[in-house]
Amino acid sequence: MGPIIQYITSYLASDQTPGAAGNVFWMLVYIMLVFVGLSVAVIAMNWLERKILAHMQVRLGPMRVGPHGLLQPIADAIKLLLKEDIMPAEADGLIFWIAPFVVVLAAFTVFVVVPFGPTHAITDMNIGILFMLGVSSLSVLGIVMAGWASNSHYPLIGALRSSAQMVSYEVAMGLAVVSAVLMTSLNAEGTGTLSMIGIVQAQQAQGEWFIFKFFPLGLIAFFIFAVAMVAETNRAPFDLAEAESELTAGFHTEYSGFRWSLFFLAEYSAMIAVSSIAVTLWLGGWLRPFPNMLSGATWDQIFSFIPGATFLFFGAICFYNAVRMPKHPLFRIQTIGLFGFGVVLGLIGLVLCIPAVSVHIQDIFWFSAKIAAFMYLYIWYRGTFPRYRFDQLMQMGWKVLLPMGLGVLILTASVALLQQIWHL
Amino acid sequence: MLIGGIAVITRKNPVHSALALIVTLLAQASIYLMLYAPFVAGVQIILYAGGIMVLFLFVIMLVSIDRSIRERQFNSQWVVGMIAATALGGLFIAVYTKGTSIFPDRALPTVENDNTQKIATMLYGQYMFTFEIASLLLLVAIIGAVVMAKKRI
Repeated sequence: MGPIIQYITSYLASDQTPGAAGNVFWMLVYIMLVFVGLSVAVIAMNWLERKILAHMQVRLGPMRVGPHGLLQPIADAIKLLLKEDIMPAEADGLIFWIAPFVVVLAAFTVFVVVPFGPTHAITDMNIGILFMLGVSSLSVLGIVMAGWASNSHYPLIGALRSSAQMVSYEVAMGLAVVSAVLMTSLNAEGTGTLSMIGIVQAQQAQGEWFIFKFFPLGLIAFFIFAVAMVAETNRAPFDLAEAESELTAGFHTEYSGFRWSLFFLAEYSAMIAVSSIAVTLWLGGWLRPFPNMLSGATWDQIFSFIPGATFLFFGAICFYNAVRMPKHPLFRIQTIGLFGFGVVLGLIGLVLCIPAVSVHIQDIFWFSAKIAAFMYLYIWYRGTFPRYRFDQLMQMGWKVLLPMGLGVLILTASVALLQQIWHL
Repeated sequence: MLIGGIAVITRKNPVHSALALIVTLLAQASIYLMLYAPFVAGVQIILYAGGIMVLFLFVIMLVSIDRSIRERQFNSQWVVGMIAATALGGLFIAVYTKGTSIFPDRALPTVENDNTQKIATMLYGQYMFTFEIASLLLLVAIIGAVVMAKKRI
């Protein structure tokens, strides 16, 4: 027992990620935490998307299942698990079976290098960003396999369109990423890094987020990536391949029940993954806002209360809505449920206010808050923009974003070179 | 990797062959990782498995597949095949038994964190001319493809 406990506790004092320290136990713990966190995030996204989209369209969204529809995702999950598992008659059995797994595998493996904090990543490869781009491009293969194996016209066309779109916007994404990685090399040795943790530490060392660097070049690169990442994950306004009115759900038409929920899980995980790339590269990863404008111990103290304050705020909203529930006896369970949820959120907020806890939670909270902002933007785009036609989509990917990306890259390189020459 | 390679050449269904090729390429990326070349492994996954194979699959899926499944598989060049396979096998065995003494100054480097930087320094410094020629080659290929695919020039 002694050596095992020694093995487990020896990592707690180190300042590396578990992968770099080689500690298998903590690697597994982190992997389980990321897994659970992702699943909770996908469930929350399901509820949030329906509610926020509904409120944007001046309606209420799911209100029946739990208080304000909070238990709706659970009902959806149970429904999907209980649906009949259909395989089309002439479908290619092996590929039909494998395709959802490939997409989910690609979407989840990406999270191995996502940095929630300076030591809060599963591992820190020194080709981190390259690994993320590569593995997320493997999900294209899963989509093509899914469309093919369904042995039907709509899925095949949907899959080919979807994969053509994803491959085209990967190019623009890559160029935007390169121009951000270029900014990491503006340090004393003149060498940059591809590792995700290294990129955030470069932003910390240079004292500003890369989105504001060489204004407006960082902003334009971020904009290119933000557009390309929405196209990469087949979300509105680029969701022609899976829109109901166009192709009856595209490549996942023939999938039902649990297999469809795997595609759904993979899509939302991919959304979170590319958002985490954007947050790491341009928005400073786990750094709190205003690192050098509002710096100093007092501002750090004030910012350290924000995680707890956020949860307390959400608890207060729950209480407010619970008080406003209709006073009908049939609503009693929902009112009690909402009060209970508010109490839980409030307790979490109080726990996060304790300095001992908030010191560890800071990085993870800021990273997750920025990703949550991106998720809200995704839902906002879906509620606001009309869909792109497929030829307009491809035209934009190749004729607009690619030249913009090249231009930003060349300008960033020249400005960085000029800065190195003049300030040396 | 071997299983993937054998599956590529023995499956009748071309889509299955293409997927087996993807497995082979991913295995090759992991071999690159074992040789302490992480950058090449990452780029292999992005370009080869995630880009080129997708285009392969496009073409295969748009071509009628029933015909090719029922195509009779023939083996008429088995003599030359056997000679080539024995030659290659002999080469493999020779390299394996001699070990790294064949290439004395190319021994494996230790794990290093600046593999990408070293590749970049060599590629844009010493081999800059070769790099430019390779990009010119790609440009010629792109122009050729566009010319062949256009309806009117």
